[in-house]
Amino acid sequence: MKQLLTFIKKEFHHILRDTRSLLVLLALPIVQLLIFGFAITNEIRNSNIAILDNAKDETTQKIITKIENSKYFDIDRTLTTNNQIEEAFKSGKIKLAVVFQTNFQNVLAHTNKAQVQIIADATDPNQATTLANYANAIIMDYQNDLNETNKPPYTISAEIRMLYNPELKGAYSSVPGVMGMILLLISTMMTSISIVKEKELGTMEILLVSPIKPLMIILSKVVPYFVISLVNIATILLLSVFVLGMPIQGSLFLLIVVTVLYLICALSLGILISTVTESQLAAMLLSLLGLMLPVVMLSGYAFPIANMPVVLQALSNIVPAKWYIILVKSVMIKGLGLSAIWNEVLILTAMTIFFLFVSLKRFKIRLQ
Amino acid sequence: MTQKEIVIKTNKLTKKFGDFIAANEITFEVYKGEIFGFLGANGAGKTTAMKMLIGISKPSYGYAQIAGYDVYKETELIKKNIGYMSQKFSLYEDLTIKENIHLFGGIYGLSEEQIKTKREALIDKLDLHSQADKLVASLPLGWKQKLAFSIAIVHKPKIIFLDEPTGGVDPITRRQFWDMIYEAAANGITVFVTTHYMDEAEYCNRVSIMVDGVIQAIDSPDGLKRKYNAQSMEEVFLMLARGAKRGE
Repeated sequence: MKQLLTFIKKEFHHILRDTRSLLVLLALPIVQLLIFGFAITNEIRNSNIAILDNAKDETTQKIITKIENSKYFDIDRTLTTNNQIEEAFKSGKIKLAVVFQTNFQNVLAHTNKAQVQIIADATDPNQATTLANYANAIIMDYQNDLNETNKPPYTISAEIRMLYNPELKGAYSSVPGVMGMILLLISTMMTSISIVKEKELGTMEILLVSPIKPLMIILSKVVPYFVISLVNIATILLLSVFVLGMPIQGSLFLLIVVTVLYLICALSLGILISTVTESQLAAMLLSLLGLMLPVVMLSGYAFPIANMPVVLQALSNIVPAKWYIILVKSVMIKGLGLSAIWNEVLILTAMTIFFLFVSLKRFKIRLQ
Repeated sequence: MTQKEIVIKTNKLTKKFGDFIAANEITFEVYKGEIFGFLGANGAGKTTAMKMLIGISKPSYGYAQIAGYDVYKETELIKKNIGYMSQKFSLYEDLTIKENIHLFGGIYGLSEEQIKTKREALIDKLDLHSQADKLVASLPLGWKQKLAFSIAIVHKPKIIFLDEPTGGVDPITRRQFWDMIYEAAANGITVFVTTHYMDEAEYCNRVSIMVDGVIQAIDSPDGLKRKYNAQSMEEVFLMLARGAKRGE
């Protein structure tokens, strides 16, 4: 026990004396969370648009005002001829154009059917769809206002409620993603690097020749990064609650339990990587390419898993981060209890035990 | 010599990597308190053989006993009774001198008291008072090597294994380093040292010369020079190593 403490102290010395790495370890989560929480958002606001009003009557004016008053759009320019539309898009300043037909009000009054054309810049398809939907919604809204007074015989109005995230905040998806990514990055990459570093320096050989037990070497490597990761979890949760305004709906205790489970999984992966690599660079590349890419691509954090080809969907099942992100979303955002998430917990536990078993076994083999 | 106590004994000790026989049926004995030089060109199999002796590589077959313990079954006991210093510098650069002593004392199970006494004695001996709390990284290479050696024998092992300990060190420091080796041997620590400096081979009580995984000759330096009718160990070594098929 005393030996283990001496060793853990040694590891902390290594980490604390390397101030640059320490800074990265502690500041990275904060920076990432703030960037993903604030700067990168799926909401689109204040997009510049162009209006071509061929009617110039009362109805079109009302609709234009409604568009202008929404938080989504700013009217950048008003066009007078059809030819100007393409020109406006080519200038790159507008994302959307709204075109009203001639005689809008009259046509509407007499045939009950008038046309508005919405043209979107689909070089970014997601953004184009979203903007077109926004514009459409505003026009539909106006139509409903009209119908209020005219009372048509049948109307079906859909009332939409965004459950769990009523304000559609980007933080709700970025916080779980950043947690899954950061914990993996720090725990897996840093543990594997710190173990491989000793191999490179030749100190590992000295340790293996000494009476110290291999398990002790591993434990002493893992404990400091476990502690640092706990600090990071605390910062991430505090930031997301107090800065990003994302409350923890479920049990904080349960959230911490699943996080610790994920941490152990990440740490054992780190040990595993250290047993198959001989240099710090290789360990880093393997951690980054072998783990970070799948986490970003296949965890459901950046791209929805349901839309992927079947092969990738199947592959995503072996990415621990996918299960962890589901768990965080369930507990933190939906407020679910253990009874609802035991399936994911079980899968993550099984993965952890598997990695732990393989990595400890492999570490022993290296002694022979 | 035969009445002396045997501390290392091997019989047909062999290590194969697939078809490649890195160490081929090595048989020799090392006696208590002697300085045994383990010579060979690069790739001759010295390091492989040494790794089997210190318990981090499992022999393919053959027998070896270190400090009275079996290399197959009693590696834990062997580890407690030996010290090891590798050709790569093996202290922690980002720990201070004191912390390094403390750490390695702790690894070999010395008590806090013992570590403290040893630490003071060691710092006195190497005259490192002013640097004791500085990081090892700030020491010149020669001092690092001397410190590494002192720490490797801090737990008074029965045998100290040195794997090319003086690589890259200047001649004066090399000489001082060998003074420390003599002192350790005088205190009853058996020294097992690999080197390819032939002048260092002359300092050993007995040497073995390994060529292509096989021990070609084993005797005192004088004995070998007589046998091969050579002026120096270098001549002996060249005569034997010239037949080597393996290079690096």
